[in-house]
Amino acid sequence: MTLAPGRGKKVKLDRLAELSAVRDDERGVSLWREAMRRLRRNPAAIVGAVILVLFVLVAVVGPFFVPYGTTDTMGIREGVVKSGQGIIPGPSADHWLGYDHQGRDEFSRLVVGARQTLIVGIVSTLIGLTIGVFLGGLAGAAAGLGGRWGRALDNVLMRIVDMMLSLPSLLLAVSVAALLGPSIVTVMIAVGVVSVPIFARLLRGSMIAQANRDYVLAASSLGVRGSKIAISHILPNSLAPVIVQATLTLATAIIEVAALSFLGLGNPDSAVPEWGLMLADAQPYLGIRPGLAIYPAVGIIITALGFTLLGEAMREALDPKLRR
Amino acid sequence: MALLDVQDLSVTFARRGQRTVHAVDGVSFNVDAGEVVGLVGESGCGKSVTSLALMGLLPRQRGVHVGGTANFDGTDLLSLDQRSMRDVRGRDVAMIFQDPLSSLNPVVPIGLQVTEVLVRHRDMGRDAARKEAVELLDRVGIPDPRRRLKEYPHQLSGGMRQRALIAMAVACQPRLLIADEPTTALDVTIQAQILELLKELVRDLGTALIMITHDLGVVAGMCDTINVLYAGRVVETARRRELFAGRRHPYTEGLLASIPRLDAGRGEKLTPIRGSVRDVLPWLDGCAFAPRCDRRVEACVGEPPAMVPTHTGHEYRCVNPVPLASKEEAGA
Repeated sequence: MTLAPGRGKKVKLDRLAELSAVRDDERGVSLWREAMRRLRRNPAAIVGAVILVLFVLVAVVGPFFVPYGTTDTMGIREGVVKSGQGIIPGPSADHWLGYDHQGRDEFSRLVVGARQTLIVGIVSTLIGLTIGVFLGGLAGAAAGLGGRWGRALDNVLMRIVDMMLSLPSLLLAVSVAALLGPSIVTVMIAVGVVSVPIFARLLRGSMIAQANRDYVLAASSLGVRGSKIAISHILPNSLAPVIVQATLTLATAIIEVAALSFLGLGNPDSAVPEWGLMLADAQPYLGIRPGLAIYPAVGIIITALGFTLLGEAMREALDPKLRR
Repeated sequence: MALLDVQDLSVTFARRGQRTVHAVDGVSFNVDAGEVVGLVGESGCGKSVTSLALMGLLPRQRGVHVGGTANFDGTDLLSLDQRSMRDVRGRDVAMIFQDPLSSLNPVVPIGLQVTEVLVRHRDMGRDAARKEAVELLDRVGIPDPRRRLKEYPHQLSGGMRQRALIAMAVACQPRLLIADEPTTALDVTIQAQILELLKELVRDLGTALIMITHDLGVVAGMCDTINVLYAGRVVETARRRELFAGRRHPYTEGLLASIPRLDAGRGEKLTPIRGSVRDVLPWLDGCAFAPRCDRRVEACVGEPPAMVPTHTGHEYRCVNPVPLASKEEAGA
């Protein structure tokens, strides 16, 4: 098969135009923009992101639009709810998810609870992330760049982290609760502190790996100071796994927070709805109205699923081995 | 007086349970101001370790031992403490690495990496440094430098990256530049361009250059003086012309003979050097090259050979050197 010469030339020109177009498109492509591009192509990431956007929307805006107050025990006032006799009406047109055991609107409480769950999840993850990145970054920089003294410092820091790793979150929460009294802050501290070792170890490991890379040698061959190298060269290259872990930790944090408040270590005041607490409150009425336990449980599961899906997709998108 | 006078530089790596490796075993050479000096040798002969030792970049660990002196304009680089060495690096002595892609930080734009040196050593503000960086990139032949400043290493071609690295190295107009195989990772046409650029910079800035390479072609094109290294020692040192006209050490001879030639007949095989480098204590009992040498005589074994000086400054470490008379046939 032979192409007419004119045609061949045109094909070639088209190809050139295509190539140059791609080149234009790539201008200013950073690691993160590249990762975003890969995320958008991953259906799991899209599903996870949609779930999270909905969740955040509900958590942020929802409480302004709920039909009833979360403390209004209207069911008891109106005599519809008699939980002592096992009468808790289910979903109706007025009350979309029915009443809870104190005659409050379950739907309103669920929506307001989303905000509480989001705040608690984010804050506790941030606590873990901040302390973990600080400890891990210091240890990683010391081990990677600091010579003999650096390795000694790294050793001390990592033994501290090991000690934290050996603390069960439940025990920690109980002891913090004993000190500060049960409150949502107690739960956040407990959940946050427990995630510190994971972040610290992850960052340290990835920083040590980066410290042996050529660009670090090149930077030190130009006389750049060790602290500067650690912060502006090694750290940005080591953060990817930590960010992925943070997303995944959000999921576990939400579950753990729910678990701890289920056990009564969270805010004991049921006026502030929280999904874990709602689960605990629903316990005695499981036989009469299982829905009361199912709604918050489904909320927890879907939210955790969203974070996990997005986290896993981010892990793939940021994996240097898969990057072209 | 020489700008850099390296005397008896030795680097050993000791590891528990293993025999100590003498990576560099008493290397001495001079670099005059503005001079281009080549360090040539095959893989594992100690070229890169020499350069890292001079820069003070070898890992500071137990087991790594650096000996000898490197007198750089009155200060011994090898005995400087870390803090002063950091001030010297990048300002007075800078280095260009082999692989430009891995030597640039992948997540930091080129511009920031270039300005970093300027801020560090020349006390420039952000804006002044950026302006200077644009000029530097322009100087090393990167087109459209203003846009390139914002780009990341993976967006540049191999040649561009090496140019950017060179820009970083010459940013403070160091008096000595060490280029460790600067063209190995590049394809041949780019190699020529980069070498041309280095030559130009050396000429214009009056920088001395230590060119580390295994490629005698590179050396032939740009070095004033050539040191041939074998197993951690200098085996032959000479001005370029002299070396190519009358190499005396059989190893240099072998290196030259093993270069592929375009004018060789079809089907003619390359002439390799037999065997490979010994890495543990090669110079302990006699000449380290003796096991691979065609000109081996009895005197090669026993005492390690000393450098033989000649009146022209051409020195070689061999008891049975290639005779000068045979150079016509040998070069053919």
